[in-house]
Amino acid sequence: MSDDALFDFLHSEIVNYVLERNQSQNKDAKDEDLSNIEYIGFSTGYRMIERLTKEMPRFKDELETMKFICTDFWSAIYKKQIDNLRTNHQGVYVLQDNAFKFLTRLSSGKQYLEVAPRYVSFTCGIIRGSLANLNINCLVTAEVQNMPSCKFHIQVQRT
Amino acid sequence: MAVCVAIIGKDNSPKFFACLNPDEELSFQYKVLSSLDVVEEKLSAGNKAGSDLRELYLGMLYSLETHKIYGYVTNTKIKFIIIVDSTNMVLRDNEIRSMFRKIHSEYADIVSNPFYTPGEQICSKPFLNNIRNIMTGTV
Repeated sequence: MSDDALFDFLHSEIVNYVLERNQSQNKDAKDEDLSNIEYIGFSTGYRMIERLTKEMPRFKDELETMKFICTDFWSAIYKKQIDNLRTNHQGVYVLQDNAFKFLTRLSSGKQYLEVAPRYVSFTCGIIRGSLANLNINCLVTAEVQNMPSCKFHIQVQRT
Repeated sequence: MAVCVAIIGKDNSPKFFACLNPDEELSFQYKVLSSLDVVEEKLSAGNKAGSDLRELYLGMLYSLETHKIYGYVTNTKIKFIIIVDSTNMVLRDNEIRSMFRKIHSEYADIVSNPFYTPGEQICSKPFLNNIRNIMTGTV
């Protein structure tokens, strides 16, 4: 599966590029600014969802949309499905991936835990972008406790 | 052969408009705009009834003396409208459906284009040509 590797390489190069550019622009920032990576993910997701939902019937409700994200959407990007989806039925969804693609090559333990946020923010953006285009405004955050597993928290914003 | 194709955005603002006869464009715009109410109605009815309106293709929205108007709404709430001459008997439901499918894949292509910002008017020339080919059935 050579195209898998290409995606991996492209992703890590984008992460490197954005971080290096940030560093050269403001040297004394304490925290890493990942918003650019997140935004790249957002516009990717926003555009991609149009193609992925082309053959799909209309989604009944929010939960069905989330199921689509966990199955078809995830396998289109990461060639696997989300391992666990949990919800409180009040707009909070937790997606758990036990072997997240961008983290499996990194480490399988606590080592390098501090750089993990770099490699999950693109995916947060993708989720947020695709849901935004499906008319669900949400906040997506990621939680990495033990690599390579990763949890994505989706908080739907209701107004 | 369709006489007019329109693409309407999420917020019901027109994104793209193509018709065969430029003189009739204004009257077609009126027809498309008034059909949006029917689209809305069908979508909200579909939410309540559930299963029967799961398809993206909405069927005929309404027919006038001179024209028939068909609608299609994507999962991302983008509306496609096709206007067909009433005298045209060649175009059956199936042909209209496949026409919508083709428009949808053209639209997916243009959205994936990094030079197009989603939500803006579509002014790409190749896109216009492709839509015209779909309208006249020369694809």
